[in-house]
Amino acid sequence: MNSIVEQFNRAFIVNNRWTLYFKGLGTTIEVAFFAAILGIVIGTVACLANMAKRRNGKRPIFSWIAYAYIDVIRGTPTVIQLMIMWFVIMKNSTNGVLVASLSFGLNSGAYVAEIIRGGIQAVDQGQMEAGRSLGLSRTQTMMYVVLPQAFKNAFPSLLNEFITLLKETAIVGYVGMSDLTRVANQISTKTYQPFMPLVGAAVIYFVVIKVLTILFNKLERKLRESDNR
Amino acid sequence: MNTQNKAADQDRVMIRVKNLTKYFDDNHVLRGINYEIRKGQKIVLVGPSGCGKSTFLRCLDMLEVPTSGEVWLDDVQVNSPKTDINKVRQKMGMVFQHFNLFANLTIMQNITLAPVKLKLMSQEEASEKALKLLRRVNLEDKADAYPHSLSGGQQQRIAIVRSLEMNPEVMLFDEPTSALDPEMVGEVLQVMTELADEGMTMVCVTHEMAFARQVASKVIFIDEGVIKEEAEPEEFFTHPKDPRLRDFLSKVLK
Repeated sequence: MNSIVEQFNRAFIVNNRWTLYFKGLGTTIEVAFFAAILGIVIGTVACLANMAKRRNGKRPIFSWIAYAYIDVIRGTPTVIQLMIMWFVIMKNSTNGVLVASLSFGLNSGAYVAEIIRGGIQAVDQGQMEAGRSLGLSRTQTMMYVVLPQAFKNAFPSLLNEFITLLKETAIVGYVGMSDLTRVANQISTKTYQPFMPLVGAAVIYFVVIKVLTILFNKLERKLRESDNR
Repeated sequence: MNTQNKAADQDRVMIRVKNLTKYFDDNHVLRGINYEIRKGQKIVLVGPSGCGKSTFLRCLDMLEVPTSGEVWLDDVQVNSPKTDINKVRQKMGMVFQHFNLFANLTIMQNITLAPVKLKLMSQEEASEKALKLLRRVNLEDKADAYPHSLSGGQQQRIAIVRSLEMNPEVMLFDEPTSALDPEMVGEVLQVMTELADEGMTMVCVTHEMAFARQVASKVIFIDEGVIKEEAEPEEFFTHPKDPRLRDFLSKVLK
């Protein structure tokens, strides 16, 4: 019994160690947040580019680029993408959060692109036809009619993607960043008692994701107002 | 405009279709259609399902791209690659079988989106006009509702209003009552009849033979991708000449 309290003390209280977890969590959230925003922007652009067609039905060059981007990102491990970004492409950068956010944002964008494509394809074809029949261009109808509905359709999957993204940032320890996972690991190697730090980190991840889920569900309910019968 | 000019304007050919064909892959849907529609005419298209009547209608505003042939609206060739199709479509209203109101927008936003985004009207002008039109179809209290909360008949009347907001020169109707519950067909046909009485040029694909009889200037029978018969409604329904049309009418007029 005593040893549980003792373990807790050594994992969180001694030397104010709990502040380390929260610093780590700060890094985790920072990277995940910027990556999510980047992912949504890149994903939307990549999706539209990937779906673009000329009048003759052929893909323009930028469409092939988007296709290749999605293909390559989804076909390679995230941790290797991160290491390539860190040790090769941006090896001179000293801003760890920037490099990691870029890497995860590029990664997430490919998945977001496919999620949004699914959302667009779930929108009734008649919506585009109605917009076009009124004289609106394809782009205008996309922006004001189809995309808002597509995002709503994609909402549950997007939440899923953000949750995955937040947890995936745990691999930034590979390139030496001190996120929540790495902090927990470091403390457990210091105390030789892995139970408390690891369970503590797990609880923190869980709570953050729970809060995120609740916020998203609230937002979704708001978006669904137009479906009320 | 003096009366003579006005009469001439009334008689003006508005839509000209020349040798129109359409393939869907190997399926030869339209096999050479020639037709002229004059200003103020109400043309009703009938025919068995799959005969190409909807495809013909959709070719008029390029929702389907013709495989060959020409479609003209006044002096503009609609299906020329040089034509700005969005400009042409502003003059042609289209009403769909499944209404296709924008699900993410309120009724008011549905009606005003196009004229405002296309900078044809200010938001105030557009809203004012929309309210007037909504009053005409007795739906002004639905301005802030979303499409899903309305019945099919209400949605279709609003879809008509949405097209009228653009001040179209011609209205195309693609089976506007086919997706409605029977008790709602009447309210939509009434709006269409009023529109016809006001002199709107209309092209309408429908199975409502009573409506065709009452409203049409000409009824066209399309079968196997060509126009098999064209006549004024009285002649069309009482003395059909084409054997396929006789067969068709015997099935639908019971």
